[in-house]
Amino acid sequence: MAASITTPPLVDIQNLSKSFGQGDGRVDALKHIDLQVYAGQVVGLLGPSGSGKSTLLNVIGCILEPSSGRVALDGQVVYDGRWLQKDLRRLRLDRIGFIFQFHNLLPFLNVLENVAVVLEIAGAGTGPARQRALELLQYLQVEHRREVMPSSLSGGEAQRVAIARALANRPRIILADEPTAALDSERAGVVMDLLRKVAAEQGAAVLVVTHDEKIFDRFDQMFYLRDGMLADIDGPHTRSKDVAERR
Amino acid sequence: MNLALRDIRHNLGRFVLTCLGLSLLLGLVLSMIGIYRGLVEEALSLSRTPRADLWVVEAGKRGPFAESSRIPGDTREVIASLSRVAAAGSLTYQSVEALRSGGKLRLYVVGYEPGRPGGPENVTAGRTMGRSHYEMLADVKSGLVLGEQVRLGRNVFTVVGLTRDQVSSGGDPVAYLMLQDAQRLQFELEPPVARREAERGAPPATTDVVNAVVARVAPGTAPGQLVEAVGRWKHLTALSQSAQEDVLTKSVVDKSRRQIGLFTVILLAVSSVIIALILYTMTMDKVREIATLKLIGAPDATIIGLIIQEAVAMAVIGFSLGALLINLAKDFFPRRVILLPGDGLALAVVVLVLCVLASGMGVRLALKIEPAVALGG
Ligand SMILES: Nc1ncnc2c1ncn2[C@@H]1O[C@H](COP(=O)(O)OP(=O)(O)O)[C@@H](O)[C@H]1O
Ligand SMILES: [Mg+2]
Repeated sequence: MAASITTPPLVDIQNLSKSFGQGDGRVDALKHIDLQVYAGQVVGLLGPSGSGKSTLLNVIGCILEPSSGRVALDGQVVYDGRWLQKDLRRLRLDRIGFIFQFHNLLPFLNVLENVAVVLEIAGAGTGPARQRALELLQYLQVEHRREVMPSSLSGGEAQRVAIARALANRPRIILADEPTAALDSERAGVVMDLLRKVAAEQGAAVLVVTHDEKIFDRFDQMFYLRDGMLADIDGPHTRSKDVAERR
Repeated sequence: MNLALRDIRHNLGRFVLTCLGLSLLLGLVLSMIGIYRGLVEEALSLSRTPRADLWVVEAGKRGPFAESSRIPGDTREVIASLSRVAAAGSLTYQSVEALRSGGKLRLYVVGYEPGRPGGPENVTAGRTMGRSHYEMLADVKSGLVLGEQVRLGRNVFTVVGLTRDQVSSGGDPVAYLMLQDAQRLQFELEPPVARREAERGAPPATTDVVNAVVARVAPGTAPGQLVEAVGRWKHLTALSQSAQEDVLTKSVVDKSRRQIGLFTVILLAVSSVIIALILYTMTMDKVREIATLKLIGAPDATIIGLIIQEAVAMAVIGFSLGALLINLAKDFFPRRVILLPGDGLALAVVVLVLCVLASGMGVRLALKIEPAVALGG
């Protein structure tokens, strides 16, 4: 992992703030956040409910517009006081993979189609899209459920399909919001190992929001959010095992 | 991968039900247009049966359908003797009520001269009129059957042939009688006072009165020339066939046409509102899915395509089903319903355009959905 220090970060957040509403009802969800995540890193984002974790993830994913600051993804400045990229959806499609607590699979597509659809939207032909989707489902060990509709999947299966979808376009940035909240500890471990594998094999930056102490040992680095402010729990690239021991 | 198709398949029951409802609505619109066409066709059918070029009626009248007209029975000979007339025939028209198996049967009686212009070209059952008295050709709509005997006035008539699509502008089935039988019937059914006057020798001294004479002109002759020639007789007026049809559509069916036209427009307006509402709610129900699509990076074209394709599918299925339905039901209408391919096509285009326009509301909603909506539990 030493190499990642010398390469520019895949996620580079500087002095980022985000507030909702105005006047008395104003909520400062994020206050002057600085955060870097490098290729191959799996980073945990912890903090109490309402501390701004999801907001931070959604800002990085270009789903929410920041109030101020600077966001650079994969070497490209996306936001600097205003959006600098015209086509944020294309950016998401090509560079960012999302995994949510609620899997957000499209209910009218079967498992295989749910994965293939993002490939087709990105421009792949029907055949290659199916092929790649099938490979991903195999990789995540849910290919036996490929013809099934999402409503009949178990929580763990649905989450794995959602991960397959997030990985489909080989994104360099993977954002996961409580991906293991609905899973038992064994399944949670499997999901985290998988994310580690993707980070290592694809050189992706993985950012995981979680409450889940069971998976703390799977992170390279953890950040703690409180009242919209970020604190580094331990130095960069410390093995997460050390974190677990110290606690 | 076609998202619209898959979404439809996923909510198939609801989609089919929606299409069914829409098809009933569009079937209604189609039937209104068909009823209108039928009305015009029925109004014109009587005037078209003689395949005449010229109608000769009482002076100053636009008869015999729009206004009453009485002219002497020998008018036919006079007209036939004109050099440019190929053939002419006398006609009488009147509404009668006959008793039939306990109920009343309204008939529109046409008296004509077999062998001369005026009667139906052919019959669908039985035979055409012979030369003997008390025979009748009846339209199948009357419910009369071959060989059935019907009392009209003082005489009993036998149905010897059946015709099709012969009705008055009021929708009553037509019964054809030989001219003399029809004239006698007209005389018998006149008010008693007039009849007594007539019997005392006051004019008209004869029962030889007809309502119109139709003529076919010699090849190469314009009916207009004859209209002028006939007009020189003070007691007669002539109308060309096209003038006659004009009178019929203007005076006889014009109000009904406007009535039906307005109703059709209202139905179409109601349909568009309903279609718009359906498409809007269909989009509302997909807010989360649309947000998810945006979240994973789908461009607006994909989302608009999804909505418009479903709208078009609904339009096509709804319309086709409606057209099928009305085609199956049209013979059960008491009056003629005529479905012209052109009308169907025009409505199909209108419905398609309506659906695409109406989906605009849904599209606007869809474009406003924030991708973050997908994240809400
Ligand atoms: N769309 C929004 N509008 C207004 N306030 C919001 C919105 N989203 C989040 N917030 C507020 O921002 C703060 C951080 O929320 P969130 O990022 O969801 O926290 P977490 O994910 O850590 O539980 C909370 O106080 C929340 O109420
Ligand atoms: Mg959250």
